Amino acid sequence: MSADPLSNRKPETGAFFQRDRLWHPPAFTPGYKTSVLRSPQKALLSLDNTLSEITGPVFGHNILGELDNDLIHNFARPGESAIGPRIIVYGRVLDERGKGVPGALLEFWQANAGGRYRHKKEGYLAALDPNFGGCGRTITDEEGNYAFRTIQPGPYPWPNGVNDWRPAHIHFSIFGHGFAQRLITQMYFEGDPMIWQCPIVKTIPDRAAVETLIAALDREATIPMDARAYKFDIVLRGRRSSMFENRLEGN
Amino acid sequence: MAQSLNRLKETPSQTAGPYVHIGMTPNFCDITGVYPEDLGTTMVNDKTRGERITVRARVFDGTGTPLKDALIEIWQADSDGLYNSPSEMRGAADPNFAGWGRKATDMDTGECVFETIKPGRVPFKDGRRQAPHISFWIVARGINIGLQTRMYFPEEEKANAEDPVLARIEHKVRVPTLIAERGADGAYVFDIHLQGEKETVFFDI
Repeated sequence: MSADPLSNRKPETGAFFQRDRLWHPPAFTPGYKTSVLRSPQKALLSLDNTLSEITGPVFGHNILGELDNDLIHNFARPGESAIGPRIIVYGRVLDERGKGVPGALLEFWQANAGGRYRHKKEGYLAALDPNFGGCGRTITDEEGNYAFRTIQPGPYPWPNGVNDWRPAHIHFSIFGHGFAQRLITQMYFEGDPMIWQCPIVKTIPDRAAVETLIAALDREATIPMDARAYKFDIVLRGRRSSMFENRLEGN
Repeated sequence: MAQSLNRLKETPSQTAGPYVHIGMTPNFCDITGVYPEDLGTTMVNDKTRGERITVRARVFDGTGTPLKDALIEIWQADSDGLYNSPSEMRGAADPNFAGWGRKATDMDTGECVFETIKPGRVPFKDGRRQAPHISFWIVARGINIGLQTRMYFPEEEKANAEDPVLARIEHKVRVPTLIAERGADGAYVFDIHLQGEKETVFFDI
């Protein structure tokens, strides 16, 4: 047991709710061509969680550097900053029961304001920003809140169809409390007409599910003369109470 | 009308994309100076208890070509079968072993290597013991939702035969897709096949 000794939270030990696989994108989505040869074709083996999925590692705030949640400055030369529309992205990580998820590790990555990634596999001719790396991370507080500062990424073309473009987006990796909650997703921006044309967005069958990936512009949280704010809440799998679960032999 | 359960829907998954390294292993893709080390790179130290093992994993697409842009995370118990997690109620796991690792597959060979320890046995919920195993989570460009599977050990024939999860696999011919092979150098070689005759058993768990 490695629970924070200062926390009053009781550790949760119940299994996670089953995933609604019709809400998530299926593995095989021919409109997104790379999925064709990378999608399992046999049925998944469905199982209730064991301890191996109920448990997960803890990431302490001590792993975080001061600028980890500031993409405007964490790769920039001293005294300089990344170029682009300055934004704050903030929100809460909740589970399906509506409970905040404290201690969740969030990692994010994105293109620069011109739509260019700092990566050797990138083929877009837009310029690199010498002051922008494109990665950041944070850990949610006791209520599940998080926030980071960045620049709004640009849209960019990608080789799928002849002329396919990705809407502006930020990738998120979310690590909750159990290995079964592991999730990667992408955040889009309110009002972007490119969202509904994107083959990767379209892998999600349900329009209502796509809408949960669109961050809302929050003028109230906008910082005067500094940065606009976008609110993006993230929901991880909920879990059962272990109150009535079978006890292990000998426990 | 009944009361509302007030449930939220899980955030839908989206692919990790080709640039997953930027966010999750930035030093691996030459974005240096932001984090001192990529998370999950080092799993063991001098004081970690248990038998040192090397796991070499690759992920193959439907043509049999290894993915060179995948990212794998593993999660496992310590040598006594305890997880280093607040949800582990049976006792304190080895403080020198977090049990979690993360590696990007090599951009030339498609291989990723985990230096870890062999896990102990962990009980199933009815008290039966599971065979030693390592949980895998695989993401990549073209994978719309992270794939979950497990690696078991080839020398654990007896334990594998009584493992309650392996027992749930209807087509026994597929069980070996979850059992690593032993390489000439002693490393465990775990080839994950996304499609085809050798398609790995993936879990909805």
